[in-house]
Amino acid sequence: MDKDILIKVCTGTGGVASGSKEVLKTFKETISSAGIAASFSEKCSAQRVGCRGFCAQDVLVDVIINGDKTTYKHVKPDMVAKIFTEHILNGIPVAEWIVDKDYHTFHQKQTKVVLSHCGEIDPEDIHAYQAVDGYKAAKMALTSMGSQEIVDIVKNSNLRGRGGAGFPTGLKWELGLRIASDIKYVICNGDEGDPGAFMDRSVMEGDPHAVIEGMIICAKATESHHGYIYVRAEYPLAVKRLQMAIEQCYEAGFLGKNIFGSNFDFALKIFQGAGAFVCGEATALMRSIEGKRGMPTPKLWRSAEKGLWDRPTVLNNVETFANIPMIILHGAAWYSRLGTERSGGTKVFSLSGKVKNTGLIEVPLGVTLREIVYEIGGGIEGGKSFKALQTGGPSGGCIPEELLDTEVDYESLAQAGSIMGSGGMVVLDETSCMVNTAKFFLEFTQSESCGKCTPCRIGTKRMLEILERITTGKGKEGDLELLEELGHYIRATSLCGLGMTAPNPVLSTLRYFRAEYEQHIRNKKCPAAVCRDLITYSILEAVCTGCGACKRICPADAIRGVRKKPHRINTELCVKCGTCFDACKFKAITKS
Amino acid sequence: MEEILQKILGEYRKNEGNIISILQDIEKTFGFIPEESVTWFSKKLDIPASRFFGTATFYSQFHLKPRGKNIITVCRGTACHVKGSEKLLNRLFLELDIPLDEETSTDSKFTIEKVNCIGACGIAPVTILNKEVLGKMTLDKLMKEVKKIKARE
Repeated sequence: MDKDILIKVCTGTGGVASGSKEVLKTFKETISSAGIAASFSEKCSAQRVGCRGFCAQDVLVDVIINGDKTTYKHVKPDMVAKIFTEHILNGIPVAEWIVDKDYHTFHQKQTKVVLSHCGEIDPEDIHAYQAVDGYKAAKMALTSMGSQEIVDIVKNSNLRGRGGAGFPTGLKWELGLRIASDIKYVICNGDEGDPGAFMDRSVMEGDPHAVIEGMIICAKATESHHGYIYVRAEYPLAVKRLQMAIEQCYEAGFLGKNIFGSNFDFALKIFQGAGAFVCGEATALMRSIEGKRGMPTPKLWRSAEKGLWDRPTVLNNVETFANIPMIILHGAAWYSRLGTERSGGTKVFSLSGKVKNTGLIEVPLGVTLREIVYEIGGGIEGGKSFKALQTGGPSGGCIPEELLDTEVDYESLAQAGSIMGSGGMVVLDETSCMVNTAKFFLEFTQSESCGKCTPCRIGTKRMLEILERITTGKGKEGDLELLEELGHYIRATSLCGLGMTAPNPVLSTLRYFRAEYEQHIRNKKCPAAVCRDLITYSILEAVCTGCGACKRICPADAIRGVRKKPHRINTELCVKCGTCFDACKFKAITKS
Repeated sequence: MEEILQKILGEYRKNEGNIISILQDIEKTFGFIPEESVTWFSKKLDIPASRFFGTATFYSQFHLKPRGKNIITVCRGTACHVKGSEKLLNRLFLELDIPLDEETSTDSKFTIEKVNCIGACGIAPVTILNKEVLGKMTLDKLMKEVKKIKARE
């Protein structure tokens, strides 16, 4: 049989959580089991690949026979045998498990640059990366290009920092190159702390070599010989894969002394974070590598002049570095054409929340938010209606329906009261309360504030107290004005980005959803029925069948009733956990 | 204990580590940062213990008290929040009878932890039971898992 068969199984964090390890194992066992091994083993292989992007349909499996690809969704280990006999042995794909049109619309509007290898190659194998032109750009940069030449290409590509602030990468590198020092550092910021963002994790897990290659090129461009990758401790798989990739690079001679025989040295190490959101801020991150408390320092000079251990340091985000090899290979003009006039290229977003197709997406800058939510995302799940799109995590804001035609780029999102940020996009539907959402983010920034500067330490605490008051029905007239006033002061006077952007979620929801705040304060009502203190659960006697499901599940023992007779909730005992609401099959429980 | 600390010290010297890497090794070995280990390192390296404690209390990865045998982590990222992770968390505290301002049950069998975001937002809400990441969690599923662990204990 002269078939060339390749089976690709997603093993990103999302895939693994959905059981991809067992699926891959089952495929491998099936292939090597007696009989099949004899005729197939040489040409049939199953391999792990990085994140496929479409996490909502994990485990995703590609079966490629002679270059002809079929993708299966929601694959479980017990489905492997059928796929194997019907499709792989007999050539007839198992139609009912193949991905449907959602999968295709999810991918249609995407352009994959950074993610082009994610989900296609084995991230733990350097040869797989080399087979797709990996380390070709680094070799070119080190053996036949000058530092200034590389800087110029990056400048012309119009690439801007993907960590969120959008500083032009080429300019940063030029500053780094110009400053003379015997020791300089290149740092990759993989401290992706924004809740709701997982782009960097997916890239580090799915294509770790691209990040390393980008760093090697940056080292050459800025004439640095030492590098660090700072990774969050919460990303164990990313740490493992990067560590493997670095070891493979040292073995292959792509890191270390005299790389590619070019006389250029570059040493690279991983530094694991210890769980502090503020360490995503450049100066705090450097203090953390130095072994100190991760507190930001005033920016009296740029990191490119005085950074890690007071040496010149160029720090970029994971995604920024992962773009570099492609830019060197395909040219600055190719890259800048992909985006808008002001910012070139593509941006990776993680789309999650109440949207049908959740996952990792990459789009050219300039697409509209509506295209992302309704075309790629497939609209709101469960037939509910759209309420807001949260971008930029705790530093960003909520964008309402009427602004969904905003084009995605750094400036237009800022104008809409949010930020591009690192790329988290969380869709909120009618069942989300905007005051509660603002409070959620403020709880986050308040607890993650390092405490160094007063506006952030005390200001966010006061804002949170006001929001707590409002969500528990104790809000009073003047609270909203006070929130705005505090917000503006905190924004203007905080030391670092964390504090300066902390009021954004509150200010943007106040701007677009003020009426919802007013409902909480004046009528003591939560229109979305989320805020616990403002809702009560009750049972509709006419609908209740007396099945007792709610009574059995109630953790507070607050439901009373005789079988087959309508039950009642004792509001004194009720802890408003909502368990009964979810458990009732007859929709007899209401919250108001 | 001395032996283990000596080994960590060796790693520190070999890899040009720092306070954070020492604390990470201690946490990994003991599951928390025992006070004695800090005083030991403080003397060996002539670094004030306050610098160790200052660093340990700054980062959420370090714990000064021993933790429970089973660790249940609930992701409190944005996507998990809008998909109801707060409900899961509140129910866990009730079920395991842990006061809201504590983390570990009195019998030291369970610790409930919050994590800011583990970046698996596509399959929210997410919980981690003893290092195993479980996606699309529901109250029902979670209670079944907890019962399984309880039965084992």
